[in-house]
Amino acid sequence: MKINAENLSFRELNEKIRSSKSRKIEIENMLGQRYTGSGCTGKDIHISGIPGNALGAYLTECDITVYGNAQDAVGDAMNDGTITIHGNVGDAAGYGMRDGKILVKGSAGYRAGIHMKEYMEKKPLMVIGGKTGDFLAEYQAGGRIIVLGIGFEEQCPVGDFCATGMHGGVMYIRSEHEPDHPEQVLCEDAAAADIKAIKPDVELFAKKFDYDANELLNAHFFKLTPNTNSPYRRLYVNN
Amino acid sequence: MPVNYFPAEFEVLRNYDKCIQCRACERQCSNKVHWFDADFGKMLSHDEKCVDCQRCVSICPTGALKIKPNENAFRKSANYTQPLMTEAYRQAGTGSVLLSSMGTPKDYPVYWDKILLNASQVTNPPIDPLREPMETRVFLGKRPTQMKFKKNGELDLSLEPSLALNVPIMFSAMSYGSISKNAHESLARAAEELGTYYNTGEGGLHKDFYRYGANTIVQVASGRFGVHKDYLNAGAAIEIKMGQGAKPGIGGHLPGEKIKEDVAHTRMIPRGTDAISPAPHHDIYSIEDLRQLIFSVKEATEYKKPVIVKIAAVHNVAAIASGVARSGADIIAIDGFRGGTGAAPTRIRDNVGIPIELALAAVDGRLRHEGIRNEVSIVAAGSIRCSSDAVKAIALGADAVYIATPALLAMGCHLCRSCHTGKCNWGIATQEPELVKRLNPDIAYHRLVNLVTAWNHEIQEIMGGMGINSIEALRGNRLMLRGIGLTEKELQILGILHAGE
Ligand code: SF4
Ligand code: SF4
Repeated sequence: MKINAENLSFRELNEKIRSSKSRKIEIENMLGQRYTGSGCTGKDIHISGIPGNALGAYLTECDITVYGNAQDAVGDAMNDGTITIHGNVGDAAGYGMRDGKILVKGSAGYRAGIHMKEYMEKKPLMVIGGKTGDFLAEYQAGGRIIVLGIGFEEQCPVGDFCATGMHGGVMYIRSEHEPDHPEQVLCEDAAAADIKAIKPDVELFAKKFDYDANELLNAHFFKLTPNTNSPYRRLYVNN
Repeated sequence: MPVNYFPAEFEVLRNYDKCIQCRACERQCSNKVHWFDADFGKMLSHDEKCVDCQRCVSICPTGALKIKPNENAFRKSANYTQPLMTEAYRQAGTGSVLLSSMGTPKDYPVYWDKILLNASQVTNPPIDPLREPMETRVFLGKRPTQMKFKKNGELDLSLEPSLALNVPIMFSAMSYGSISKNAHESLARAAEELGTYYNTGEGGLHKDFYRYGANTIVQVASGRFGVHKDYLNAGAAIEIKMGQGAKPGIGGHLPGEKIKEDVAHTRMIPRGTDAISPAPHHDIYSIEDLRQLIFSVKEATEYKKPVIVKIAAVHNVAAIASGVARSGADIIAIDGFRGGTGAAPTRIRDNVGIPIELALAAVDGRLRHEGIRNEVSIVAAGSIRCSSDAVKAIALGADAVYIATPALLAMGCHLCRSCHTGKCNWGIATQEPELVKRLNPDIAYHRLVNLVTAWNHEIQEIMGGMGINSIEALRGNRLMLRGIGLTEKELQILGILHAGE
């Protein structure tokens, strides 16, 4: 089903998506409507234009592809499905996401992947092709974040205060330049086994955006993990 | 270590003439205070471990036990008090932040106790609640401000989603994790029977409790624990927690050791890892951002559920509430600084925020002044201790109140203020199966129903005395209030006259 988003409010647009019987939905002329696909299930949404904030919040089993840039809070607390962005994303992408995938061809703004979690078989993934702003993966509690730094080889592709408060999950950064990270996070050179572990993720990214996965993988990666899953245990004394 | 010495806070007094050495106290104490010394052939105690929860006293079959404040004291000073000294020792020994629980024990003014209620005499006679209908039902949500018409000219009778309460009292947010599953079950069942609501707190909703959804408020906090589409749709309303009265400006931290299997499952995080709620929502830095979160949950639940925004009572609370009222929220919950908590840094709990009485009066006044009071309902929280506090809160402008500590008391809490240790001997603030078992939901839920029913009767009686027959007519009716022993400024903020005026 095709939807022309021109002059539709976000509420009208979401109503149309929800009430549509077909799985595949193509939205044209998107112009900043917010909350598209919020809490959506069982759809395959393709968007031309620019979706507004909170695209795919609380997403469950649902795929969203954007042929352009997206704004803030993409995939807030998403639970399943895949969001593919053929451009850049704004701030706070993947906040608190618990499962599913966010694949961004370009770069991400500040606070990407904050408080990403995981639980049992639920393991979210976020791959950013370009660079990210400050506070990447603050309070990360689970899942995998991969920053490829394509086109930013001369600098560290993540901003300051990366992984502050990280207490779970893992992050890979493709770069020769060590990222800024706090003491309670371990930053080491990724080993061959690590590269093998992220190979399927990078292959997925490469396939979506037309890159050569082996070429991307044939580079130096930093691997960031928390030193302990209870970093604040010694912060408090009972009174 | 002598340099770090401080006396035990309590002394366990055992009457050896009465003690029959049944060792029940030893078995019941999770803090391991009591033990039987075979050499001496008698029960002894580690006084320094006692938190004065009164569990042993209450179960001792012979009434042999008494817990008293320890009389051994440091030299008295009104400035450097003994608690301040021991806290300095604790921190010198550990380098850590002091952690406490429940509402602040400090001697701050309780304005409820400085406000008196009115009653009718002669003219406008009292109403007898036993004989005449007395409406305690309230609806929370936006109220229509103007008539709306459909395209065909008919009157549009559709209303914004709301909550219907049989009593103007709801159970405030307490997460599964901070309190036990049995405690949650008791609250859920009581809310159902009373026709009111309980609140999941930020720890998600246990799968066994989805069936109480019609009486559940599901909370979304900065950690987004257990938040997913089904969770949002399970409740009757969604509460976005921006702050908590006992710890404004900081987040939550449930230590890894409390994240047992079931709690981990409900929060949807791995077992044994810290559950950290960051201080801010990292996607909210403005009222506009808050509006975005409100509408993202409204979209996810198809506008069927009212959204509550809970804020802590802080200095600028009236301005903040005004912003929240314009953000699309249907209900604002204001949490005063004397409110309880499962764990909060001591210094924050004891020093940050303002009393609910002043905050509530300021918010209600501000929203009225700006003509947007009907845009939102107001729920007052943070130390509503009894029915008369609730009546005063409503007369100061609240639509309903949230209670938590009184609910815990009904379930057996003895306010020992050690919830943060996770060893609650009453089976409430703990996840230890042996301790959780002590709280029987069949009994506890009934006691909760009793408590709220009793309060509701009292509210009806007080209202009847005033000649008022509905909560609606009491709401914001400050003429029913008079201050006693308050300054001009306090009276001005509360918007009430002094007794005798
Ligand atoms: S419960 Fe009472 S009687 Fe039994 S051992 Fe303890 S103090 Fe003695
Ligand atoms: S809930 Fe338990 S630990 Fe907390 S104050 Fe009450 S009795 Fe003490």
